[in-house]
Amino acid sequence: MDITVNGQARSFEGDPEMPLLWYLRDELGLTGAKFGCGAGLCGACVVHIDGVASFSCVTPMTVAEGTQVVTIEGLSPDGTHPVQAAWQQLNVAQCGYCQAGQIMQAAALLAETPAPTDADIDAAMSQNICRCGTYPRIRAAIKRAAGQGA
Amino acid sequence: MAALENVSRRAVLLGLGAGALVLSLGLPSLAQEPEEPLKFGADAMPHGWRDDPRLFVSIAPDGTVTVTIHRSEMGQGVRTSIAMAVADELEADWSRVRVAQAPGDEPTFGNQDTDGSRSLRHFFGPMRRAGAAARQMLREAAAAEWGVPVDDVVAENHVLSHAASGKQAGYGDMAARAAEGEIPAREALVLKSPDRFRYIGRTDVGLIDNPGIVTGTAIYGMDAKAEGMLFAVVARPPVVGGRAVSHDAEAALKVPGVQRVVMIDPPPQPSAFQPLGGVAVIATNTWAAMRGRDALNIQWEDGPHGAYDSEAFKAELEQAARSTDGVVVRNQGDALAALQQAQRKVEAEYYIPHLAQAPMEPPAALAIIRDGRCEIWACVQAPQVTRVRVAEKLGLPPEAVTVNVTLLGGGFGRKSKPDFAIEAALLSREMDGAPVKVVWTRDDDLHHGFYHTVSVERLEAALDDSGRPVAWLHRTAAPTIGSIFAPDPMQKLPFELGMGLTNMPLDIPNVRAENPKAQAHTRIGWYRSVSNIPHAFAIQSFIAELAHEAGRDHRDYLLDVIGPARKIDPTELGDVWNYGEDPARYPVDTGRLRRVIETATEAAGWGREMPARRGLGLAAHYSFVSYVAVVAEVEVGEDGSVRIPAAHIAIDCGPHVNPDRIRSQMEGAVIMGSGQALMSQITFARGRAQQNNFDTYPVPRMDTAPREIHVHLVGGGDYGQPLGGVGEPGLPPVTPAIINAIFAATGQRIRRLPVGNQLSS
Repeated sequence: MDITVNGQARSFEGDPEMPLLWYLRDELGLTGAKFGCGAGLCGACVVHIDGVASFSCVTPMTVAEGTQVVTIEGLSPDGTHPVQAAWQQLNVAQCGYCQAGQIMQAAALLAETPAPTDADIDAAMSQNICRCGTYPRIRAAIKRAAGQGA
Repeated sequence: MAALENVSRRAVLLGLGAGALVLSLGLPSLAQEPEEPLKFGADAMPHGWRDDPRLFVSIAPDGTVTVTIHRSEMGQGVRTSIAMAVADELEADWSRVRVAQAPGDEPTFGNQDTDGSRSLRHFFGPMRRAGAAARQMLREAAAAEWGVPVDDVVAENHVLSHAASGKQAGYGDMAARAAEGEIPAREALVLKSPDRFRYIGRTDVGLIDNPGIVTGTAIYGMDAKAEGMLFAVVARPPVVGGRAVSHDAEAALKVPGVQRVVMIDPPPQPSAFQPLGGVAVIATNTWAAMRGRDALNIQWEDGPHGAYDSEAFKAELEQAARSTDGVVVRNQGDALAALQQAQRKVEAEYYIPHLAQAPMEPPAALAIIRDGRCEIWACVQAPQVTRVRVAEKLGLPPEAVTVNVTLLGGGFGRKSKPDFAIEAALLSREMDGAPVKVVWTRDDDLHHGFYHTVSVERLEAALDDSGRPVAWLHRTAAPTIGSIFAPDPMQKLPFELGMGLTNMPLDIPNVRAENPKAQAHTRIGWYRSVSNIPHAFAIQSFIAELAHEAGRDHRDYLLDVIGPARKIDPTELGDVWNYGEDPARYPVDTGRLRRVIETATEAAGWGREMPARRGLGLAAHYSFVSYVAVVAEVEVGEDGSVRIPAAHIAIDCGPHVNPDRIRSQMEGAVIMGSGQALMSQITFARGRAQQNNFDTYPVPRMDTAPREIHVHLVGGGDYGQPLGGVGEPGLPPVTPAIINAIFAATGQRIRRLPVGNQLSS
């Protein structure tokens, strides 16, 4: 199976039912995408598959085959994507474990909807859980990254 | 970058090397001796505190300062805040400050139990001293090098200078010489005056782990790696005390990638921090291990707790809370007589279910055993406990076990228990010492937790003609955390009772608190703010009920019942624990409690007209020697759904080290508390936890969490005052504030958590 991860061509020969998350983490050593629920319920594992924010923990390799996957490690060469910058400026993170998934979700939202409303933010970001409770800062950081102040 | 570096592997000049760290293990304990005066804070913890800056500060030849952090980072910002304290007193340039994480080694580093909201409370002073001592040693080295009096050498912002001669040097230039110097005595250190602080109290110091977090390179326990690493998941008995009687190892071994199937013996009960036992599957990747586990077809024997049922147990606790044979844990005046004679009496019972900490990172640990040594990488809140327990299990001396602490993807008390690290060590041993990483799934986390206890709190009050309480009876029935350590203790421990029950500071002449018996049928553990959750929920709900009965405004009534500003010795309230703090330095100060209530209510516009089905609710609570009040605004839909458009939270936690992290902890507390109020609970049937994942254990999300959270920091200017806790005290008043707001909005009083669909009838 061929797949492109962060611009690099890869091939995979393991269990075709293996979720992309475990391929990224265990086979490629890309541990930025996190394991939180294994059921598409918490969003810690979100990566971009052909530009679409996706739960890698429930995406079998058969589905990921032939796609372009971008993980948090590949979002920007040096951590300066506007979403990453806003996250740092507002000290969004507490424990930080969910934030890779949050950032990938937010980056996909802004790519699709450059000036999201609160309702847009609710709809996209409610797919991700933060147990520390950083939601107010996530919302503010998305608005900042969108150039709406905050 | 935020890569976790093992301090013992760093090349250091000022600072001890790896060999010295090992040697220091032989030092005698500095813990309390019987003849000594009572100690508190860092000095009173196991192994006490050593004033030796070389343990915590190292300076490389290029001047890079590395601060060793001995407390676990789990979102409270401790790696940043401790570094701020050290760097400030050291007069270090923040851009040249790094952190390294200490391994579990309490004799060297002092207490490492990252719990109890005490990292800064206990170590702000000691860490300032470490920075000040290192600066003093640098100045002395420069003075000796230059042949000038030390008093004429200034250390400022990473530069040493001597004005008269015009000599200057960087910290890196003097570090080697400084490391050879004498360590200044604690009493001889001169700390900076707060008006000269560079970082302490500033709001704009970024998190030291930010770069790693936003680029996905920060390393958590789940991310630990080693060459040739194997991956394991464990099928654990679904009922505590149960065991696997049969399993199909062959079926699991047929899954490609599965290497071994290993039985882990169940521990004797009560099992403290030991793994629950079960059947482990070890594979070349996590997915194969999980698939192998699915194929095991295990037959379980459930043991004595196989009938544990939450509905039946609730009835049992209610019966206990209505009985009169509980242990009396506080008795002031004669509450029973006053209740008997009362014309106006109010009584209510509150139910608070089990909760799971459910940190976003489920437990995970990597272990390697080689050459008679075990090395662990794990997301643990108590690495020193992990070290000792792993050593015991493997039959090694503690010095042969190294516990490296990764970042923790949330802890909330779950990761104080090192069962998962012990599992990793046992499985590595089974694989001849090969690196084995144990991964817990979310189902594992919710099914095999150390849960927050389940409580029935019964309150009775007698009111005088004005509606003010003259008698107060509180019975708390809840399994104790002590039940994981001792067989059926049945009674709550002093520290549990001291979390808002015995030390309740209301100005009521007759007060009685009782603790009837309750048996544990699952593992009970610490959960952020612990027993303050049920106590604060019950007391703060009940006061609102009394205010309603008295026909009075809730805020005015609460302030009235708290009474005038006064400092109460907690021992007079029957609380001998006082969060381990000196009762003289940390009295219960009702003036501070009043002030946070006044601040939060004024900010929230208390008393303003509210639209239909909207209401404001108030609660306040003293815990972890800090004072917090919350005003929640709720809107209850016609369908019974609850929105929380705004909340105000005011905290007085004494002096502020890192105000932005105080704010973030309060924001998080409001959101976590809203989950406890509205949606989260663990229930048991046939001895088994019924919730599997975030579908059945819902927690707040962006669209259900409180929207506008306003944090008000009260007090804090005087750095001569003792620090209060921050990580936990925000949580207890949130839930009752929301429940009181629901009453204000609807007239419906919720006494059973969570609200769930109780408003939709």
